[in-house]
Amino acid sequence: MRSVEIAVVGAGPAGLSAALSAAGQGASVAIVERDEHLGGQLIKQTHKFFGSSRQEAGTRGMVIAGRLSEAVRGNAGIDVRLGSTVLGYYSDRVLYLEEPDRLSKLKAERTIFATGAAERMLTFGNNDRPGVYGAGAVQTLMNVHGVRPGRRVLMVGAGNIGLIVSYQLMQAGEEVAAIVEAAPRIGGYLVHAAKVRRAGVPIRTGYTVKEAVGEESVEGAVIWRLDEKWRPVPGTEERIDCDVICLATGLSPLTELMWQAGCRMAFVPELGGHVPWHDDDLRTSVEDIYVAGDASGVEEASAAMVGGRIAGLAAARSLGHSEGVEERLAEARRELAALRAGPTGEKIRRGLERLQQGGEGR
Amino acid sequence: MSAEKERRPSDSLLRTGLPAAEDLAVVRPSDERLARGALAVLECFQRIPCDPCASSCRRGAIAPFADINDLPSMLEADKCNGCALCVARCPGLAIFVIDLNHSPEEALIKLAYEFLPLPEKDQVVAALDREGREVGRARVIRVQRPRDKAETPVVWISVPKDLAWTVRNIRVEGNHGAQ
Repeated sequence: MRSVEIAVVGAGPAGLSAALSAAGQGASVAIVERDEHLGGQLIKQTHKFFGSSRQEAGTRGMVIAGRLSEAVRGNAGIDVRLGSTVLGYYSDRVLYLEEPDRLSKLKAERTIFATGAAERMLTFGNNDRPGVYGAGAVQTLMNVHGVRPGRRVLMVGAGNIGLIVSYQLMQAGEEVAAIVEAAPRIGGYLVHAAKVRRAGVPIRTGYTVKEAVGEESVEGAVIWRLDEKWRPVPGTEERIDCDVICLATGLSPLTELMWQAGCRMAFVPELGGHVPWHDDDLRTSVEDIYVAGDASGVEEASAAMVGGRIAGLAAARSLGHSEGVEERLAEARRELAALRAGPTGEKIRRGLERLQQGGEGR
Repeated sequence: MSAEKERRPSDSLLRTGLPAAEDLAVVRPSDERLARGALAVLECFQRIPCDPCASSCRRGAIAPFADINDLPSMLEADKCNGCALCVARCPGLAIFVIDLNHSPEEALIKLAYEFLPLPEKDQVVAALDREGREVGRARVIRVQRPRDKAETPVVWISVPKDLAWTVRNIRVEGNHGAQ
């Protein structure tokens, strides 16, 4: 059986950062990624990132993906396994892998799960019609394959993903009919909102989709207003013509492998749902298992990269690769705290506090 | 900086994405300063973790951030010469350079523009307000095309002076496609 000191599951911003920081300490690392490319969702992010220069602020996500991938590929201490899905984790520290040509086992002294998050679906009439997309799929079509998903889009959700994907749709030449948002306020950064507003897109807060219209595929959507208790108000229906309804209604951490590995889980709505309990080192209740990125709580990619660094450093330290590690950990913790210090970090701070109290239920 | 920390986006900005008069009043330079020539207007109303404007400013006009979540502030507006480095660097595309001294009748606006095709010099384009409504016509004075395609182009336009505080976008006919 092959063995490695640290296995990283997932090659998005958190996983790549974890692999680089662990390998930088001298640990032998394997990254296992089920997709065929490194970078995860970063490769689709054509907008510039926020944060400070330490987190590559002002750099487009896809450029960061290129830099991280290049650094990983150029690092002799990191074994990259693309097209490989982790099927299970055994308590004797063995990962079970489905590789392109075989099933295999990988022994890892430590495992860092950086498995990301999945998009949430929204319940409304006819939501199975062709033309109802998740925002991730729309981004993949446009920014990976160069395919426009339709002509006129209704965006559902005014968080950062809904706002950014609306902007990217317009850059691709699509018309965005409107952005509807069930909450009474815009959840994403207001600078993103201003960009789509001055390109002519209305943002309708306090509205949601009642149903999709169209027999064969989406021809429109009926939206209606929600009252202060989030109940739809009959009589406020409006028809919007569109051939795409794009859902950007939130993400849930992908945690199946950590459930299966026996990590203690907690339900924390502020972190996106069930997440593994973890400490400041991003170590879970199973002492050989660490978590990073959206799988530890849904947050911005800049925070995921710093979290990945922390998990990689802490995992390497636990195996004795401790030269200079304390300073690096302290610096990364300072950066993460700074990113979360403002009002937009309030939700995540509340979520992490709740996580320490055990969350809701198990 | 405590006053800056207490500054909050207006309720209407949070509901609609459009800055209200009270939001804009805070970032609007004094008439006296505007009369002295070009400077950057920082239409950034929400404390988010982001500081490239301050780190890109070579003249020390945008104050360095003590906390990365600080709102940018132009403490030394006289140091700003409207170079627009920050316009190209701001990840939120929230900075605009305004020069009221461009000509007797017209003001110059420098804005970030990430759509294709880019306009050409001397082209007349639709001038849009913060809601994307056409409020007049603008003439393209210059297009700063970055050498690195991942950087943001900056378009210089001239508009009637009374629209300097209204125009924040352009529409180039036949426009579609990402920069």
